[in-house]
Amino acid sequence: MIHPDKNRLRRTMLFLSAQRPSQMKDAYIYRPDSVIFDLEDAVAESEKDAARFSLFHTLKTVDYGDCERIVRINGLDTPHWREDIRASVAGGAEGIRIPKCESAQEVVEVEAAIEAAEEEFGRPVGRTLVMAAIESPRGVLNASAICEAGRRMFGVAISGGDLRKAMQTRYYPKGEEMLVPRGMVLLAARAAGVQCFDTVFTDLEDMEGFRREVQQNKEMGFDGKSVINPRQIAIVHEIFTPTEREIIEAERVVRAIREQAAEGVGVFTLDGKMLDMAFLPGAERVLALAQAAGLYEGDLVP
Amino acid sequence: MMNSVGRDIPDALLTDGKEVFRGSHHRDGLIYTKPGPTVRAGVKPLHSKLLPNLREAIVQCGIKDGMTLSFHHHFRDGDYVVNLVMAEIAAMGIRDITIAASSLGSAHDPVAHMIETGIVTGLQTSGIRGKIGEAVSHGKLKTPCILRSHGGRVRAIEQGELHIDVAFIGAPTSDEYGNSRGTGGKSDCGVLSYAMADARYADKVVVVTDCLVDFPNFPPSIEAVDVDYVVVVDAIGDPQKIASQATRLSKDPRELKMAEDCVRVVAATPYFKDGFSFQTGAGGPSLATNRFIEAEMERRGITMQWAIGGISQSTVDMLHKGLIKYIVDAQDFDMAAVRSVNNSPGHFEISTSQYANPMNKGAFVNKLDFVVLAALEIDVDFNVNVVTGSDGVLRGAPGGHPDAAAGAKCCIIVTPLVRGRMPTVCERVVTVTTPGENVDVLVTDYGIAVNPARPDLIEALAKAGIKTTTIEALKDKAYAMVGVPDPLDFYDRVVAVVEARDGTLLDVVRQIRPLEL
Amino acid sequence: MKIEVAAMAGTLESSDVQITIEPAEQGLSLSISSSVLGQYGRQIKRVVLDTLEGLGVRHGRVTVVDKGALDCTIRARVTCAVYRSAGITHSIPWGEVPVNDPSR
Repeated sequence: MIHPDKNRLRRTMLFLSAQRPSQMKDAYIYRPDSVIFDLEDAVAESEKDAARFSLFHTLKTVDYGDCERIVRINGLDTPHWREDIRASVAGGAEGIRIPKCESAQEVVEVEAAIEAAEEEFGRPVGRTLVMAAIESPRGVLNASAICEAGRRMFGVAISGGDLRKAMQTRYYPKGEEMLVPRGMVLLAARAAGVQCFDTVFTDLEDMEGFRREVQQNKEMGFDGKSVINPRQIAIVHEIFTPTEREIIEAERVVRAIREQAAEGVGVFTLDGKMLDMAFLPGAERVLALAQAAGLYEGDLVP
Repeated sequence: MMNSVGRDIPDALLTDGKEVFRGSHHRDGLIYTKPGPTVRAGVKPLHSKLLPNLREAIVQCGIKDGMTLSFHHHFRDGDYVVNLVMAEIAAMGIRDITIAASSLGSAHDPVAHMIETGIVTGLQTSGIRGKIGEAVSHGKLKTPCILRSHGGRVRAIEQGELHIDVAFIGAPTSDEYGNSRGTGGKSDCGVLSYAMADARYADKVVVVTDCLVDFPNFPPSIEAVDVDYVVVVDAIGDPQKIASQATRLSKDPRELKMAEDCVRVVAATPYFKDGFSFQTGAGGPSLATNRFIEAEMERRGITMQWAIGGISQSTVDMLHKGLIKYIVDAQDFDMAAVRSVNNSPGHFEISTSQYANPMNKGAFVNKLDFVVLAALEIDVDFNVNVVTGSDGVLRGAPGGHPDAAAGAKCCIIVTPLVRGRMPTVCERVVTVTTPGENVDVLVTDYGIAVNPARPDLIEALAKAGIKTTTIEALKDKAYAMVGVPDPLDFYDRVVAVVEARDGTLLDVVRQIRPLEL
Repeated sequence: MKIEVAAMAGTLESSDVQITIEPAEQGLSLSISSSVLGQYGRQIKRVVLDTLEGLGVRHGRVTVVDKGALDCTIRARVTCAVYRSAGITHSIPWGEVPVNDPSR
């Protein structure tokens, strides 16, 4: 089986250091869609073991409610990642984030380690999902294979820090330096039917720049964004919230397609616009976004 | 005897007309006579009231064992005056002194030792922190410390319960006759509100300054007609700690989230309309509220008629933008407020009696629409504790908290549900400093609860689409996270009494018995 | 498990707890300091002892410097210190690591 929430809404994924109990104890109050407990960059080399214990106990005892708990493990070139996966699966994490992913083979290895851990700790096999972070030119070029590599794969995230360096550039407010990688990874994700998340925005003083970038993310078609501070969450959610008109339109589309489909009609027109099944996922997503923002209380969200 | 907030007040304290707390308005309409100070007439023309040093002032005032000396806390953690005066008192071998300060903080740690040696045997204050708090909590002070709100302190002076033998008034500027102001010197604090009642009601008044200016230092906060002596010292305080350069607005996401929710609550009440009045306390979330309320006012196109309380940059900015019409100021937190008071049109200094005294003929707080305040603890009856820490040790200040809460139409407490492991929302606060009947809404990082005594506010919030929960549910959530706290263990000995604003007894603080594991 | 060498885990940051564990000949001895001792001291002691029992530690000297940590953090730090003392950082038997009783 595969986790029923594989395609759930993930507008925001909040990074939290697994080394800091104060960060992990109740970050759900900020209502991110997902949290990422970080065992990698946020944890000093000498504290990897301690962070795993903190992670394990947090997963076991703190009630994160509807908030999805993902663990960023250490890279596959380190001695830590297998133990990271064992601790995460034993604790019951919903997903694993592979850092610096460059090939489909890495996804296969991680999925195998997860499966072994699920069996070892009596977790339902297939419940733990996987996402990959693409942080290098090679990763971008292999994005398509990465997205299609495993049945647990629910999405890919671009990680801009290393990628910009490798591309001999830096952050620019218009985002042109990232346009091609963002576009390529988005294409790969859409072709494979998985979600796609944009990189973190690190300047907490520049909330206007952050807002601009999120707006661009939305327009490009990203599912959401990794965030490093709770203050960023409300802005992402606000920008990803559909307008009242979009909600009403989506409601009509979903209702019409379902009614027509029930009567065996495939293609039809609504208000002079031609509609078919291909419009359903987009309209359903609008309603899901509206529901998450508290603007839709109907029963059309799947 | 049990009072109306469920606290058992020892009968031994109920002497000389002292009563237990019987509700906030119990003493409304009371007829009383104000006492007058015993003063010395200055008939003969005199050019100067300057004395060479504090020791001479102590000698001239005739300070002797058992007297009560008063101080103000406008210099906050930067104050030198209390320590300068008390060092002389100690050096002169005077003992058994009662310090009646508008507040005491960690700047006054040296006093803790004087408590242990019997130089200081009484304390009456609106705030107690640091080593003094520890000394008192561990039973070192000979008589119970009396804790009063800012308004309650003025009431006690004006009702004759607190008789001041000598008031030492630190002043950023003074002339040789004692006209004193809060600005114009090197240690500016803006206003001298807390000292105004002391100047009127003390038998002797000594102004202590580090900046002597030409006569007349006008308009004065403390008038020369009330001043006996003026002493110039090197420094009355540390300017860095008196008024911060700029009050930094919080960047803590938890505090910002609570501040935002608090403003949603404010905006959902019927009192949020053009011409409303507003007070925020000190502390991150309360101050951050200013930022969000400004945006909400602009959105609605309304302005604030007056702001009150401790004043800082954001309030002054709103005055300058025309969003606030008047600031009535009894304390300044930063340089922006210090520079603005009595200077910007509409920004006025008031006395602490005007601010909050419950037994004058009507203080400003009585006309407040909103006050946003913090808490160390709040219990399921909405009683608030702002004076004892989770370990039972005195480390806080009632300050203006009980005054503004009692006066405002809508009192909002903003506090995180837990601090570290301590549940802020609890079954029963260690000490009641503000009665729950004066608290209307609680905003935490885990949700909002409205006092069931305010069904009108519950309805207003529901109408605005603001989800609320019960305070019991918040307490349960806190206990689920951190565990149910064991009750603290106290000896019988009362180390401090908490007076309600009107002088009745709200609670007592007993000597803490440390846990042996 | 047997405490072979002294080991430490945790920090003195708010919401954390620092655990030091040292070998001892006979029995367990515990020293606890905490910013919330009066109201949570007994509970901290219970959680530390319960975790040590779950790990089969019967002899050792344990020093707890608590900065308001939640029970799950105390367990994580105690467990980490014990495993560090045994020189083990990988192949932890996660299924047997003692966790909080959810019924509490």
